[in-house]
Amino acid sequence: MKDHDQGRGRSGFSRREFLKGSSAAAAATALSVGPAVARAEEKGTKLVGPGATSLTLNVNGKDHQVQVEPRMTLLEVLRYQLKLTGAKPVATDGSCGAATVIVDGKPISAATTLALDCKGKKIQTVESLGGPEPDQVVKAFAKADAQQCGFCTPGFVVAVRAFLDKHPNATKEEIRQGLNGNLCRCGTYYDVIEAALECVKGGS
Amino acid sequence: MANIDWPKQGTASVLGTSPDRLDAIAKASGAAKYTYDIVPDKMLLARVLGCPLAHCKVKSIDVAPALKVPGVVAAEPMKNAGDEVLWEGDILAIVAGETEGAVAEGLKAIKLDLEPLEFYVDDANLEAAEKADRTRPAGRNVRTPDDVDDEDEYFEKLFKECERDGVVIEAEYGVNVITHMCLEPHGSTCVWEGDKLIVYHSTQNVSGTAPQFASPLGVAASDVTVICDYIGGGFGSKFQADEWSVAAARLAKSTGRPVKLMLDRATELKTAGNRPSGFIKVKVGADKNGVVKVWDSHHWGTNGPAGAPVSQAVIPYVFDPPNRRRVVTSISTNTGPARAWRAPNHPQGCAMSQTAYDDIARALGIDSYDVFLRNLPSVTNDKAEVYADQMKIAAKLMDWKAKWHPHGKGPERDGVVSGLGMAIHTWGGAAHNSSCTIKVHPDGGVEAILGSQDLGTGTRTVIAMVVAETLGLPVDAVKVSIGSSKYPASGPSGGSTTVGGVSESTRRGATAALNMLLAKVAPKLGVDADQLQAKNGRIEVIGNPSKSVSWKEACSLLGMNPIEAQGNFQRGQSENSLSSSGAAGVQMAEVEVDRETGVVRIKKFVAVQDMGLIINRKLATSQIHGSVIMGIAYALFEERIMDNKTGKFLNAELSDYKLPRLGDVGEVVVELYEPESEYNRGVVGLGEPPVIAPGAAISNAVCNALGVRVPVLPLTPARVLAALGKG
Amino acid sequence: MKAFEYAAPTTEAEVLELLSPEWGKTEILAGGTDLVGLMKAMIITPDRVVNIKEVDTLRGIRRTSQGLEIGAVTNLDDIHDSPHLEPFPAVRQVIAGLGSMQLAAQGTIGGDLCKRPNCWYFRNGFGLLAKRGTLVAEGDNRYHAIFNNAGPAKFVSGSRLAPALIALGAFVRVIGPDPEQQAEIPLSEFYRTPRDENQRENVLLPSQLVADVVIPDLGLANAAYEVKQGCGPEVPLAAAAAALRIEGGRVTDARVVLGQVAPTPWVSADAREALLGQPVNESTAEAAADAAVRSATPLSHNAYKVQLARVAVKRAILRAAGHQTGGF
Repeated sequence: MKDHDQGRGRSGFSRREFLKGSSAAAAATALSVGPAVARAEEKGTKLVGPGATSLTLNVNGKDHQVQVEPRMTLLEVLRYQLKLTGAKPVATDGSCGAATVIVDGKPISAATTLALDCKGKKIQTVESLGGPEPDQVVKAFAKADAQQCGFCTPGFVVAVRAFLDKHPNATKEEIRQGLNGNLCRCGTYYDVIEAALECVKGGS
Repeated sequence: MANIDWPKQGTASVLGTSPDRLDAIAKASGAAKYTYDIVPDKMLLARVLGCPLAHCKVKSIDVAPALKVPGVVAAEPMKNAGDEVLWEGDILAIVAGETEGAVAEGLKAIKLDLEPLEFYVDDANLEAAEKADRTRPAGRNVRTPDDVDDEDEYFEKLFKECERDGVVIEAEYGVNVITHMCLEPHGSTCVWEGDKLIVYHSTQNVSGTAPQFASPLGVAASDVTVICDYIGGGFGSKFQADEWSVAAARLAKSTGRPVKLMLDRATELKTAGNRPSGFIKVKVGADKNGVVKVWDSHHWGTNGPAGAPVSQAVIPYVFDPPNRRRVVTSISTNTGPARAWRAPNHPQGCAMSQTAYDDIARALGIDSYDVFLRNLPSVTNDKAEVYADQMKIAAKLMDWKAKWHPHGKGPERDGVVSGLGMAIHTWGGAAHNSSCTIKVHPDGGVEAILGSQDLGTGTRTVIAMVVAETLGLPVDAVKVSIGSSKYPASGPSGGSTTVGGVSESTRRGATAALNMLLAKVAPKLGVDADQLQAKNGRIEVIGNPSKSVSWKEACSLLGMNPIEAQGNFQRGQSENSLSSSGAAGVQMAEVEVDRETGVVRIKKFVAVQDMGLIINRKLATSQIHGSVIMGIAYALFEERIMDNKTGKFLNAELSDYKLPRLGDVGEVVVELYEPESEYNRGVVGLGEPPVIAPGAAISNAVCNALGVRVPVLPLTPARVLAALGKG
Repeated sequence: MKAFEYAAPTTEAEVLELLSPEWGKTEILAGGTDLVGLMKAMIITPDRVVNIKEVDTLRGIRRTSQGLEIGAVTNLDDIHDSPHLEPFPAVRQVIAGLGSMQLAAQGTIGGDLCKRPNCWYFRNGFGLLAKRGTLVAEGDNRYHAIFNNAGPAKFVSGSRLAPALIALGAFVRVIGPDPEQQAEIPLSEFYRTPRDENQRENVLLPSQLVADVVIPDLGLANAAYEVKQGCGPEVPLAAAAAALRIEGGRVTDARVVLGQVAPTPWVSADAREALLGQPVNESTAEAAADAAVRSATPLSHNAYKVQLARVAVKRAILRAAGHQTGGF
């Protein structure tokens, strides 16, 4: 890279408070994975795995005890241990939105979230929007026929719910700008826009 | 006696209305269980290992190290020493284990000894393919008057005449390979109960797949049950049992545990189907009005190792000029084999030829609409008048005449130019064979049972609507059971055949059941059965509705046992056909192009479509929305990218395989074309037709905007800039 | 995913205890939007994953005497929505352009800055440099570098926010277990072009991490422009950010940084030179854009990116100065 002269003047580094008292020198010399474990655990950091460990997941308002390996994604645990299969595995990465769930109020991909990372958090899946009295968004999807094969639909429903929670009076243009994290192959986008708009109208 | 004929247009009570799909809430709320969602107790997860090389000979596949990975329960090779592997991603082995992670580690641990062989993956480059000895002739078809001796001389003469009196263009067009990209990948969950196998299979062919499992597994077909309640996309790629699902069934047997095998995303793209490419070099001559007189083309492409390119029969597409020569070359590539993709051959044929018709308009400086209109007399089907009528409707919806400008002559606003393009299409869509059982219970309940499947078109809803129409009941009074091979056989869902097929069988079955019921009711009302009809939830005397019994009361006359009637439809054998074939459609696109970046946006898209008698207007409309959007996908975004250097499918993950998103779809206007003449044809399939024309229509619109042709789909910024001389 | 051990420490000190000094042994989980996918594909196979999201001191947006300090695990959507970001539209524009509220809600600024490169050879398992650059050079390089691509590294830098942040003069506070490993590094010096497979695409040691990012209050007019084909979460084809000081109608200071064009964010001294002393208008922006791409060295399949980079620069400059950009 060239043109380095634009950065701010360096203020000089002062050692930060948090490091006081830590055995930084020792850490710098050793630190193969092994010895660090011991040191970290002495300090109360719990290192778990690679085998399974028990975890409490709060899903749709209910606590569930599960056994998870650190490498398990939230999606794998939801689907295969809790049998909540509304969130779908589609992409290896999080680029499709099919596994969208709401964790502590944020719409995220369960496919790229480790289950252990959800310790103590509130997880909301699409199943919480169903049941005998479905959420307004679910009903709007039915009315607008905003689904075909339906495999992307639960993820889309959660995304629309999260989006409208944040933007209850969204315009069509804001919907078009804001709901691009979900992929549909059958081509239901046009009707998803209608469904989202229906909710905005219905809510005002 | 009720007969099976459809009610006259305007008299139906359920047909042609727009109820929500029956399973809409279940699907939207995550309650619907797809194959991927079936989780039996003690289930093992399985994945397959795709070949890392594009062409090789297997020396050995050692799965022993995989079996040592903690959590791996079973593994087996799926190729033998000495086997030749013809594409990257072909399946070498399967591993089953307790967790996704264990299986992934197991696959990684497999020791492969592969002898690399020379590979070839470039389907666009004819010269390179010839040099690599990967081409072979795949058809040559010439039409001239009978008395022509010297074909070359004759064509030469025609082109000279056109040059003198009209126009001759020489051009190249193409459309790249795309994949099906089903969001639910191919796969199964396999459960053995003793010697009987239950396969939850993601399939378009519930009734036809069991034998494909039975034979390689050495069990009777009758001992295999295939179940598919919901399928997450198929698009033509899911008709088979597939070797990987058979392998999963084998592992389920050997481990004594249920096994779920769904392809990983990369293998899904590499191995589970794609649409062949098509590239064409063409010379076309037309008169001064743009009426094409002579067509001379050579096209090539690949469907994978076999090479078979797009059929010559779709070149030129729909239009069929009096003189034509079409030569086809097949290119064998080390790429995954193609599978049927919605309307096989047609989208490529349309994109490779109706672009040329638009370029005739461009060369002559006349309105593309007029060129399409003037060439209608040459269409290959009997729909010239239908197209003309549809064009009028489409033009009005698009405001074509007001918006039209000659190619490249529109105003530029802030670096953005806009343009219009159109294309037309055709498809068969005849009903497939279908059988069903209709049950009417003494408590008034009605069931329709058939071994069909719902690809997303709304099969359940269509069945319920036909039965409801026949029995004079509301749609929600009908319980529909589909998705099991143990139900009466219904055809595979491909080629827009399902709605016709299930309508035929269920209308017949429901009519037969109704007649059995009417026979029971007739004595009570003191009339002959043929004086009765089912209407508004009652059985009434025709012409005297006050003389009637409620549906429930009528059914109570049945005594202990339900009525059970069969409905059967065999294509070509059944009389009184309720369905027909032959669809026509016209599509128009309005695009905007950023001339500096080459980014194309869809502003508006109009689709006018016939489909005979329309059963559910809402579902028909969303089906067309979807087709158009899938068309936008291959017109602008998606393509398989093969690497000449490594032979790899480089973009076999969703983040690199570009597809449109919600904000990329402009306004889509759908007109369901259903004059009485269409209605009276009965049901015609809709799934394929509207996905055919978007490629050509959008390419033509971009050409109209820019004044230059971007020859190859998808129209990425790189290709647009190259056409503009900026790339 | 390969099996790994996992910890979610709550203090920076604990995090540092857990990091290995050797590449590949430990990975830091900041958002996971990219890392988890790479681990699933077995491209990245650590023995340990350290989740740093439970460390409160690494999260949040604070005004300090140095400027706006943003903790490494602050989510991108929170950054976008923060009123503190008012003076930095370039940052907001890039986050809005991610095209996925899920990626913005889950992704973090530290994760973005350290995101692994965009290169399909790397992501198909051929290593960071893909056989010392030969695969890229001889294969399909349509999305690869058009600057600084003579060496083995021909990928493009993975960070979306870095061009904007560099243009704004941001620096990162890096922490490590050893006093010598604590540093404030101008973001413009944070990235480097690796020469071999043992080097990474930034200057961090395996045991270091970015603790926070500081955007100084320099009062620069700023904007970003990314060329994307669609609205979704696709990698832009080219990108640029511009930060300008305009006094008396003329540019007195300028930073123009390109993205998606080189193995690092690409600071264009030529564009800066072209702008200094000029008023910002269509023709001066165009001239700066021309200057920015003059030294481009496209590979066999990516000449079109030169044009796109040019447009991105021009539009970022115009947008920074509050002018219409033209185009989409």
